[in-house]
Amino acid sequence: MSPRVAGPLVSILGLSVGLAVLDASGAAFWQGLVINLAIFTILVVSLNLTSGFTGVFSLGNIGFMALGAYISAILTLPLSVKSEYLPDLPPWLAGVHLDQMAGPLPVGWLAATLIAGLLVALVALLVGAVLMRLSGHFVAVATLGFLVIVRVILFNADGFTRGSRTFSNVTPYTNLWWAWAWALLVIYAVWRLKRSQYGRAMFAQRRDRWAAQSVGISILRPRLLAFVIGAFFTAVAGSLYAHFITSFSPTVFYFDLTFRVITMLVVGGMGSVSGSVIGTVVVLAVAEGLRRVEDVTLLYGLSGLLLAAFFIVIIIFRPEGIMGQREISFGRLAARLRSPRGGGGAEGAAAELP
Amino acid sequence: MGDYFIQQVVNAVSAGSLYALMAVGLALIFSILRLINFAHGDIMMVAAYLVTFALFAGMPLPAALVFMVVCTVVIGLLMERIAYRPIRGAAEVAMLLTSFAVGQILQNGTLLVSRLAGQPIQIAFPAPEIVSGVVAFGAITVPKVNIVSFVTGAVLLTLLTVFVTRTRLGLSMHAAAEDLSAARLMGIRVNRVVATAFAISSGLAAVAGFLYASQAGQINPYLGFTPVLKAFIAAVIGGFGSLSGAVIGAYALGFLEVIPTALSGIADILPPGAVPPDVHDLLARVFPSSLGSYRDAFVFVFLILMLLFRPNGIVGGRGREEVP
Repeated sequence: MSPRVAGPLVSILGLSVGLAVLDASGAAFWQGLVINLAIFTILVVSLNLTSGFTGVFSLGNIGFMALGAYISAILTLPLSVKSEYLPDLPPWLAGVHLDQMAGPLPVGWLAATLIAGLLVALVALLVGAVLMRLSGHFVAVATLGFLVIVRVILFNADGFTRGSRTFSNVTPYTNLWWAWAWALLVIYAVWRLKRSQYGRAMFAQRRDRWAAQSVGISILRPRLLAFVIGAFFTAVAGSLYAHFITSFSPTVFYFDLTFRVITMLVVGGMGSVSGSVIGTVVVLAVAEGLRRVEDVTLLYGLSGLLLAAFFIVIIIFRPEGIMGQREISFGRLAARLRSPRGGGGAEGAAAELP
Repeated sequence: MGDYFIQQVVNAVSAGSLYALMAVGLALIFSILRLINFAHGDIMMVAAYLVTFALFAGMPLPAALVFMVVCTVVIGLLMERIAYRPIRGAAEVAMLLTSFAVGQILQNGTLLVSRLAGQPIQIAFPAPEIVSGVVAFGAITVPKVNIVSFVTGAVLLTLLTVFVTRTRLGLSMHAAAEDLSAARLMGIRVNRVVATAFAISSGLAAVAGFLYASQAGQINPYLGFTPVLKAFIAAVIGGFGSLSGAVIGAYALGFLEVIPTALSGIADILPPGAVPPDVHDLLARVFPSSLGSYRDAFVFVFLILMLLFRPNGIVGGRGREEVP
């Protein structure tokens, strides 16, 4: 079997064994952390697609996550709770309860997640058709505006979201397996997209829009595609988050979370899918370690301060992040293992291409 | 009804004055470096904390204000030297992200210091007498802090105009804003110009922070986020990078923000019998009293429209920033 097939297979097998051990161990803290890792991985890989591939920096993705979380939470609420908990829902929504199970499979929740993803993708299509015409920091601030608008709506649409009050009673469907199944799906989809003609169009218009246009590559279309697909996956992450944390309020989905995801993306490398995974692991590990230090020393604020300082150091000294636009290539890894001096062969060189 | 109208205008002008102080500081930096300094709001927040701690320590108000401005300017200069100078000329987004990180450092640093000093996260702002209470002109009441904001804004912005148009350093700043590398070739010391811009911008932010905190009545490490967004919108409306544009945009934003608040529940304010009942019902339905809480969403929709159709703002010419 070629290393290109064997590498991912071995990785997935290793991950599954790891998850099974963790699942059996009953170590709640580590299980929570690994679920969080999966959710952040989806957020970072999606943002990478939206922003890293196209160079159009979106600060509004957490708004998509918030919408995904609320839509899925509302749709899956069991009827017994719903009428009491959200009395002001319009009738067409009040009777919906996607809490069906097919054996061990929460099919209702899966449907709710897909519906949330599709609705959010539709929102992204409408918003993106307007905003993707902007570039540079203007698009960043306009998408930040989208985040603020989503927040204002969530706070004020009391009948749907309970406004500023905590939304709880969400069924805890998310477990290690669901979180990582989705994460792997997102990683695979975005990785395939990067090598496809659509992905190459995204990178092409990022590098040189005039050259891209002159060979017939549209600017708007690849940007919009990246924005909409990114929004879909981000909404899925929102649904996973909602059914993991089980109670939340609109304040969660705001700038701190946005900045955390951006830090992971920049540390990993904008444009690299494997970089996103690495960046997520590194930043989450550092943040968790610092949080422990904070809890012991009671110096609250220290972790945020050091993480931001770390971010500035990366931007100044290694602006392309850990991976740049490169990917981990199993072919090259295998070649290196065989002859330690040799380095990559033809396959390795091919992997350099975006 | 007439009083209601005048009261809304007064509110708009008051808000606009504060936005002008903030937006000019933001536009000054942007015009030279093309950097949207999102940490500007956090500089305001730090200034509010500095003056609070100075007053808690028993300093008289003038001394506390001087202490606040001096410390804030030093922080602004350090911020430029450590974080912004190394990435000068980098991609726009990299600079923007760096300013977010700087903001996070200021927020968390303030949280850290304030907790070490045994303070809660939310502190009641010890607003001095000169900025507390209201002045009544007939039926119209104006909070004193708004009058102070208006006067301070006018004085500081006039001084800034004189500085930029009449002094050598100010003119260098103008030249640097026009074309940074050409200015350097003409023998202008760019580092000094940029440092001056950051000093002025931080000083303005300090004053704005003091006034903002007096208005809000409370301070916490995260208070800078909303004002910097507003200042940014004001600067975009006016035409980013132009100082006069920032002032015009700030007052425009002040009026823009008053509209949803003034329209919300307008049906109930009209004297009975002023309009036919069906018009009254229509007004009540189109402008419900909850409209005011959507103010920020309304303002951002406007911002997005501005960015799309008039990215150069009110004072700038027509022309699009992006994709043909």
